[in-house]
Amino acid sequence: MLYELTGVTKRYVQRGKTIDALAGIDLTIAEGEFVAVQGPTGCGKTTLLQMLGALDRPSGGSALFDGRDLARLREGELTELRSHSFGFVFQAFNLIPTLTAQENIETALVPWHVGAAERRGRAEEALAGVGLVDRARHLPSELSGGEQQRVAIARALVRAPRVILADEPTGNLDERTRDDIVGLLEGLWRERGQTLIVVTHDSWVAARASRRVGLDHGRVEHGGEEELPVVDDFAMA
Amino acid sequence: MYFTYLFRELRRRHKQALLTALGLAVGVALVVSLTAYAGGVGKAQDEVLQSLYGVGTDVTVSQQRKLGDGGPQQFGMQPPDASEQGERFTRDAITSSPGQQSLTSSRVGEIAALDGVGAVTGSLSLTSLHVSGAFAEMQPRTQAAAGPDQGGFSQGTPRMAPIEVSSFSIAGVDPGNLGLGPLSAGETSAGRGLAAADANAKVAVVSSAYAKQNDLATGDTVKIGGTKFAIVGLVTLPSGSTSSDVYIPLAWAQKLSDNRNKVNQIYVRADSADRIAAVKREIKQLMPAATVTTSEDLADQVSGSLANAWDLADRLGRWLAAAVLAAAFAVASLLTISAVSRRVREFGTLKALGWRSRRVVGQVLGETMAQGLVGAALGVALGVAGAQIIAALSPELKATVGGGMQVPPGAAAGAGQAMRALGMSAQTVTVHLTAPVSLQLIAVAVALALAGALLAGALGGWRAARLRPADALRRVD
Repeated sequence: MLYELTGVTKRYVQRGKTIDALAGIDLTIAEGEFVAVQGPTGCGKTTLLQMLGALDRPSGGSALFDGRDLARLREGELTELRSHSFGFVFQAFNLIPTLTAQENIETALVPWHVGAAERRGRAEEALAGVGLVDRARHLPSELSGGEQQRVAIARALVRAPRVILADEPTGNLDERTRDDIVGLLEGLWRERGQTLIVVTHDSWVAARASRRVGLDHGRVEHGGEEELPVVDDFAMA
Repeated sequence: MYFTYLFRELRRRHKQALLTALGLAVGVALVVSLTAYAGGVGKAQDEVLQSLYGVGTDVTVSQQRKLGDGGPQQFGMQPPDASEQGERFTRDAITSSPGQQSLTSSRVGEIAALDGVGAVTGSLSLTSLHVSGAFAEMQPRTQAAAGPDQGGFSQGTPRMAPIEVSSFSIAGVDPGNLGLGPLSAGETSAGRGLAAADANAKVAVVSSAYAKQNDLATGDTVKIGGTKFAIVGLVTLPSGSTSSDVYIPLAWAQKLSDNRNKVNQIYVRADSADRIAAVKREIKQLMPAATVTTSEDLADQVSGSLANAWDLADRLGRWLAAAVLAAAFAVASLLTISAVSRRVREFGTLKALGWRSRRVVGQVLGETMAQGLVGAALGVALGVAGAQIIAALSPELKATVGGGMQVPPGAAAGAGQAMRALGMSAQTVTVHLTAPVSLQLIAVAVALALAGALLAGALGGWRAARLRPADALRRVD
């Protein structure tokens, strides 16, 4: 198993109030799975995604990634993990507004200390993979929402990470663009065999995944895990 | 990527970046102008002290006396007998400066033998007075008013005739030791200066100002106490300095003023600057009645607009520059922290991509240092412009040293004009203010701007380093 979560909790103190964002998660994810984490607003989906992506540490329990307990790693080790093993796609795209599409993708390669020429080459390749080579020199403000999310996906994929974590990747997009983006993610997942974890409240998006995990009040819903039927027009590898 | 990101970010928030740079620039400009101004005032003070003191002099020794001691100068302006009433007369006299008592020349040697003394020389300051006019005529009284035993001579009321007084100042100097003393600050502008071989020669060097006023040149002669001295050169002394008009060998000055083996000013150079106070103490022990002043003492006596300018530069200027710099640092820091706060999501994303904290901090530092460099350049330009404006205006500053000598009661009224000619007022020197800017000052100013930028960057960077990616990216679900 790539991920083994046992009794994972996450507690915050906000304005004097204690909030249990995760109240004991038991979850396993195999390598190469496409998992959709679904639930209503405030159920802890994003918090779970942050645990899985080593952006935060659990307050309790154990969260093993490839046999390493994310709760016990030092900050430097977590940073190393993020730079090599994970790629992120955010609802708000989170592109650097002053950098072009190509330069935004290059920011993912900065921690790898590769030369400028190699960095540019890889970024161009990643842009081609999402069909935006002709938009390489454009700033995020000059791109549509869908194009910005494509750039974000290219940024997440440029390092060929083991896991792609997408937090509501279609939340800010219209229906047609949503379809395009989900299709892109799915296509890339099939092509490259990476583990894809998507947080969404959209059932249509969740239905595209090979497994759905339902969350409610910081816990996996009873009977909330389900293997989803294979969709005909996308044959499993 | 580093510089691309840096410059793009500064361009994006160029107004804020410019504000930060301007704040630093104003602080730096103030430091440069005020330091240049203070340097100019200090230079003016040195000029004043040098002109009053001479170059290389650390201590002067003299002895003051009240003007009434020895009685007023007698010029014999009464007719010797009745037949000469109304007749024209001239009188010449060479006198020591009225306020100064003579010291024996042996004191020079005694002081030279003291610990810490590097060089000593003595001089004799004199004034040559020329009085001319007509003897008073007695107005006759009636026979009845004449008293007994008048010898047939009818004493009446004297009618004072107008007299003319002219004078010039003389300094008797040791020609073998001109590196110290009244001529040390002078520059020969024509002919030659005095030399050791001139010790007993009837030669003189004249100040260029006096020569111009009296149409004198090298080769001419000047008469002192009936003796002609050949003018061998002209000397230019610093403007406003208390120079003498004519400089002759000390031996002749002593002879003409009947002050054999006497001096009235001793100039002393210490071995090193930190020995000056000790040398002063030793001289005071040797000569308790003497007035022993160091350049520091003289500086303390300086009053007038120069002293006020120094106070302004030293107290107000220093504090003002420090306050403005502190404010500039605070503004830069606050603006940087504010900018970092607005970029929380951006930095959180970069950390999510695997950027280490130090890389993010480095980015923030780079941005503030770029602003610091712009601020430094602007500040230096403004500061130099300010200093140049001061130099161009070149305001005149006056420095007055010491106070006037007291005229004792009972001094003859008729001698008043002559006494004024002897220059009894305090010495006032006029200098023009400059504002020199050195490379060192510019380097310090640039360093201050960069220090401010570094401080702002460190504070902003600390804020960015503390960001946890999850907190930065958390959104309200």
